[in-house]
Amino acid sequence: MAFPDGSLPMPYDLECRDVVKQFGGFTAVDRISLQIPPGTFFSILGPSGCGKTTLLRMVAGFGEPTSGDILIKGQSVVQTPPNKRPVNMVFQHLALFPMMTVAENIAYGLRRRKTSKDEIKRRIADVLARIGLPDAGNRRIDQLSGGQKQRIAIARCMVLEPTVLLLDEPLGALDLKLREHMKVELKQLQSQFDTTFVYITHDQSEALVMSDQVAVMNAGKFEQVGTPQELYYSPKTAFVAGFVGDSNRWRGRVVEADATGVKVATDSGTLLTGIAADGGRLMVGAAVEIFVRPESIAIRRPGETPPVGVPSHNQQTGLLDDLLFNGANSRALVRTGKGEIVSVALPQAEAARHLQEGTEISMGFGSAQCLCFPLSPARAEPADTVP
Amino acid sequence: MLPSLPQSRFVLWSYRAYISLFLVYLAAPLLVTAVFAFNDALYPALPWKGFTLAWFFNDTEPKLGLFHDPNLMRGIANSAIVACCTTALSLIVGTTTAFLFERYEFRFKEFFYMLMLAPLVIPGVILGISILVFSSSIANGVEDRFGIELEALRPGLVLVVLGQFSFIATIATLVISARLRKFDRSLEEAALNLGGSPLEVIRTITLPYLRPALIGSAVVALLISFENFNTTLMLVGSDPPLTITMYDRMREGSTPVINAVSLFLMIGSGLLGLISVMAQRDRTAEKSP
Amino acid sequence: MTARDRRKLTFFLLLTPLLLWVGLLVVIPHIDLFLLSIREKIAPRHYVTSLANYADFFGEPVYVMTLVRTVVMSLLATAITLLVGFPVAYYIAKIAQGRARIALFMTCLLPFWVSEIVRVFGWMILLRETGVLSNFLQWAGLVQGPVEFLYNDAAVMLGLVYTSMLFVVVPLVSTIDSLDNAIVEAGYDLGGNGFVVLKEIVIPHAMPGIVAGSIVVFMLSLGNYLTPTLLGGKSSLWFTSHIYSQFITRFNWELGSAFGFVLLVASSAIVWLALRLSGQSLSTTIGRG
Repeated sequence: MAFPDGSLPMPYDLECRDVVKQFGGFTAVDRISLQIPPGTFFSILGPSGCGKTTLLRMVAGFGEPTSGDILIKGQSVVQTPPNKRPVNMVFQHLALFPMMTVAENIAYGLRRRKTSKDEIKRRIADVLARIGLPDAGNRRIDQLSGGQKQRIAIARCMVLEPTVLLLDEPLGALDLKLREHMKVELKQLQSQFDTTFVYITHDQSEALVMSDQVAVMNAGKFEQVGTPQELYYSPKTAFVAGFVGDSNRWRGRVVEADATGVKVATDSGTLLTGIAADGGRLMVGAAVEIFVRPESIAIRRPGETPPVGVPSHNQQTGLLDDLLFNGANSRALVRTGKGEIVSVALPQAEAARHLQEGTEISMGFGSAQCLCFPLSPARAEPADTVP
Repeated sequence: MLPSLPQSRFVLWSYRAYISLFLVYLAAPLLVTAVFAFNDALYPALPWKGFTLAWFFNDTEPKLGLFHDPNLMRGIANSAIVACCTTALSLIVGTTTAFLFERYEFRFKEFFYMLMLAPLVIPGVILGISILVFSSSIANGVEDRFGIELEALRPGLVLVVLGQFSFIATIATLVISARLRKFDRSLEEAALNLGGSPLEVIRTITLPYLRPALIGSAVVALLISFENFNTTLMLVGSDPPLTITMYDRMREGSTPVINAVSLFLMIGSGLLGLISVMAQRDRTAEKSP
Repeated sequence: MTARDRRKLTFFLLLTPLLLWVGLLVVIPHIDLFLLSIREKIAPRHYVTSLANYADFFGEPVYVMTLVRTVVMSLLATAITLLVGFPVAYYIAKIAQGRARIALFMTCLLPFWVSEIVRVFGWMILLRETGVLSNFLQWAGLVQGPVEFLYNDAAVMLGLVYTSMLFVVVPLVSTIDSLDNAIVEAGYDLGGNGFVVLKEIVIPHAMPGIVAGSIVVFMLSLGNYLTPTLLGGKSSLWFTSHIYSQFITRFNWELGSAFGFVLLVASSAIVWLALRLSGQSLSTTIGRG
């Protein structure tokens, strides 16, 4: 519906319509469509070579789509050169100008817009204060730490108040602790500046922690677009189920199928009750891939009464094969009678203290947590079962 | 400005046209010189009088070919001798100096480094005349004092070698140093640890690593020495290298035999360069399995 | 012998070639040159220390003017070589890809594998009255008779730029290549166009290569004898020809040494000034080259 002056609301800051990019015979980006509302943090998650960088660079203007359209606030930008688009990019290795000081780096974009010297000074001081580095103006780039460089790279773009900020795996070069810290910072910066962020990464924890919406990309296509919770709890394809979070994985065949769920037999012969996670129908005899998250498996010693409310569809027993202690992320590896290894998340750290190798363990999980996907030929290579 | 950035076709094709024009500029004098080596005329000029190989192989005047011209052949021989001596000396001194600057700390190191670089910033003519003056004053002094005539210190091939060596050694040092700097010293430590003596380690581990740089410096030294004029001109005696011979001929006006010599030099340099590139490439090909 | 003693011995063994080379072939000869330049011959075998030679130099307008002219033309040659060569270096470093890039680079090196004398000879064949260009213009009907393109400043400049091109293109290719493409892309992404990126990003990054190349080209042009003399003829007025004539034809070594020293001081002063102005030092530019 129109506004009183007749203009229409433009709901998306960034929109891609059937964007395709081919290099010779190779299709890097295969009909990608997306719509990103203003002020959101949107991530594109995928393995190396899936085409996410190519897509991002096309949005920035480095490379023309073979076909399809890219729109920013409703305007097509495919014919606009990169220096004229209202998007800015934080490059993978930041691309800070080594021949300029921090202040000169930030001033660069403002000077291109013929902003007055006083205004430039004011804006630089303002943005440096916002990122917590008020005295960094005169420093040279090689004098900065990794985290500082990150923030400067973002500030350099944010002074230009872009409609969309593109980030190309910027946390890759940082060590673990700094990365964890920066994830939180980036999220805060995004809501502080209230700009739309488009973030690409191969690290699923980055995507899950920071994003409002995540698109999982594989071989040039989006496998699923949704909130982090949707992707984690309701993956629509086997790829998403395997890529996001950890899972136990098995192969098997459908033994029974009806409207409520399926019964499958794993290759080792274990019978499990699960659901067809992609919403389709599975035929009896069909080959399937089965995913069960470690934290959805409840364990107890045999003889202990199961806690109330614990699902009891899939019960198995086994012996504790190995205990992987990692504080709150501890896992127990349980070997079933059929020889399969099941990875179980230990709910409390104290539980890990008393378990020993060889202990008998009873496990159970609900059918809704046993996600079955048809096994596609492309995925029919040997897979690890222990995440 | 980059392949990933949109570029107007006009700009791109103008740029390419400029590069093509540049290549023509580079190639023109060489092409023309080479072509006229085969002109059956008494002067290296138009009109074109037909194709001939006489300027290489003929043995009678007035069309004396390159390979039968005693002056030119002697010039080539002299140049070759000078080049080999200069190269050998430069490689030795270049290697020792490279090791000195890369491996040792000592007082006035910066100062010595500047001194080492100095021959590159002193005009070749000045290098020539300074050595000429110095050697003459020694030779004169010895002659006056002891009555001995030191031939070697008078203008001649020995002085030419020394004059060229004085700056070619700098180039060799820089090339070898650059390679030595990249060397992983833990390889030497491993070799010592396995029982090699320091000299053996240098010989079996470090020098083979330096081989591409040594070959590269040798080729550069040979080429620069062969073609050197400014320094050589001041130090030359009665037995001139090729460049001086050619210069004299050119001033007097010459037959196209000069073109034949030029083509000969072009091919020679080209072959030398090719050998250098191949020798250096083989090493890296050997390294990757 | 302890390890410490061995290390000391090795150090002195490595130092000796450097000392002999630099001492006997650079430092002492130049001192000797200076000493000679302040000698005045009053009577046969009777010398006195005086600045008469320098007085002769400054007193004679021709000499001073020649030096000034040589310096100015060398600066001009440096500027032109940079202007012509920079786009070529950029093209090779950033725009050309794969095989074309290697081929282009090799072609740029080609003229430098042959002697300067061959290059100058080629230009003579192209530019002289009976040469290719003159004949072509006559054939095309654009001129009536033979045209002499040699023996003027433009021809000298053409030759100097040709000879110097390698020393600008090669260091610049490696310097520009070291600029991360992402930085150029960032320059565009933040709103800049080709000119802006060139001015604020590419050129500042390439500065060490530009300065190194400029110094080398200036030195080569200043000290060049062959190109200006052969392409410029009698009217070339190149300072090195004065040095040559004093040493070889007039046998006035004292005056010649004074000329040599004046040239050395002039060139060193300008190089030092250029280094100071651009904030570099000898070791950062040539030392790493």
